[in-house]
Amino acid sequence: MALSDEQLERYSRHIILKEVGAKGQKKLLNAKVLIIGAGGLGAPAAMYLAAAGVGTIGIADADEVDLSNLQRQIIHATADVGKAKVLSAKETMNAMNPDVEVKTYRMFVDSSNIRELVRDYDFIIDGTDNFPAKFLINDACVLEGKPFSHAGIIRFKGQLMTYVPGQGPCYRCVFKNPPPKDAVPTCKQAGVIGAMGGVIGSLQAMEAVKYIIGVGDLLTGYLLTYDALKMEFHKVKLPADTHNCAVCGDHPTILEPIDYEQKICEDK
Amino acid sequence: MIIPGNDRRWEMDMKITVSGEVKEVKDGLTLPELIEQENVETPEYVTVSINEEFVESAAKESTVLKDGDVVEFLYFMGGGR
Repeated sequence: MALSDEQLERYSRHIILKEVGAKGQKKLLNAKVLIIGAGGLGAPAAMYLAAAGVGTIGIADADEVDLSNLQRQIIHATADVGKAKVLSAKETMNAMNPDVEVKTYRMFVDSSNIRELVRDYDFIIDGTDNFPAKFLINDACVLEGKPFSHAGIIRFKGQLMTYVPGQGPCYRCVFKNPPPKDAVPTCKQAGVIGAMGGVIGSLQAMEAVKYIIGVGDLLTGYLLTYDALKMEFHKVKLPADTHNCAVCGDHPTILEPIDYEQKICEDK
Repeated sequence: MIIPGNDRRWEMDMKITVSGEVKEVKDGLTLPELIEQENVETPEYVTVSINEEFVESAAKESTVLKDGDVVEFLYFMGGGR
């Protein structure tokens, strides 16, 4: 389908890029991205993907907007406090760009629904705030053969990596199993600088856009870390050996996503 | 003739790269010693790679670093919402 005059105008700064062009823009308009967690990471990721004209954006989150979210979750406004995050996020995205169909999933993701959820999408963004959810998303994406962007943020630090089936290690290759509850501090306990979600969530959106258009090098096989206080990015090359991984290795022992004890933690 | 103990070369430092930064450390530095020097937070939950290979948890205690090693600490980061 040809781009309308309005779309040619709206996406002109994309279309003028030789790496994107009308062809790349059409790929974006036909793409489906799922964002799990409508918070610090999910908010900027959702907004940039909506602005970019990603045709279908799914957003999953069970929570309502809380006053303490607004320091970083820029997709929600003061008037949204108490509203379901997925609805607040949908309203913002629709207001930004009517080209985008936003699908909302107001629920906790767990082993019973995650595989079916990711199956409908081309790329998944992990914007969750706890390890059980991060491992759940990793395992579901590996099992369903879906690419995804992992990210984590805390205090003045952030990290991300991209998994593409067959092109490098998954999150579990690196981190094996979730740490025990409270062994590693959460944002609620330790705090996080608001703009960190903006930096790392935007990088996740960038990975999704590059994957969809098919340009450049993704963060497959690397973990990118960002230290805001030192103002340093560090790209760590990950071990290439994935043979022994419990989910993506040669002899996987994890054949279904796992619900670890620690449930989705409150970030209120 | 080189007599071990008398030759200063036996006490020479070695250079390793830790999180992208080249550091001079004492010869024979162990991984637990490096973890202490670097003030690694919650070391029992940190994944370590040396020369792009994971160090198995069971081998962390006994790992001795060599000149030229490239060490990375990969931290759990759970926040996001």
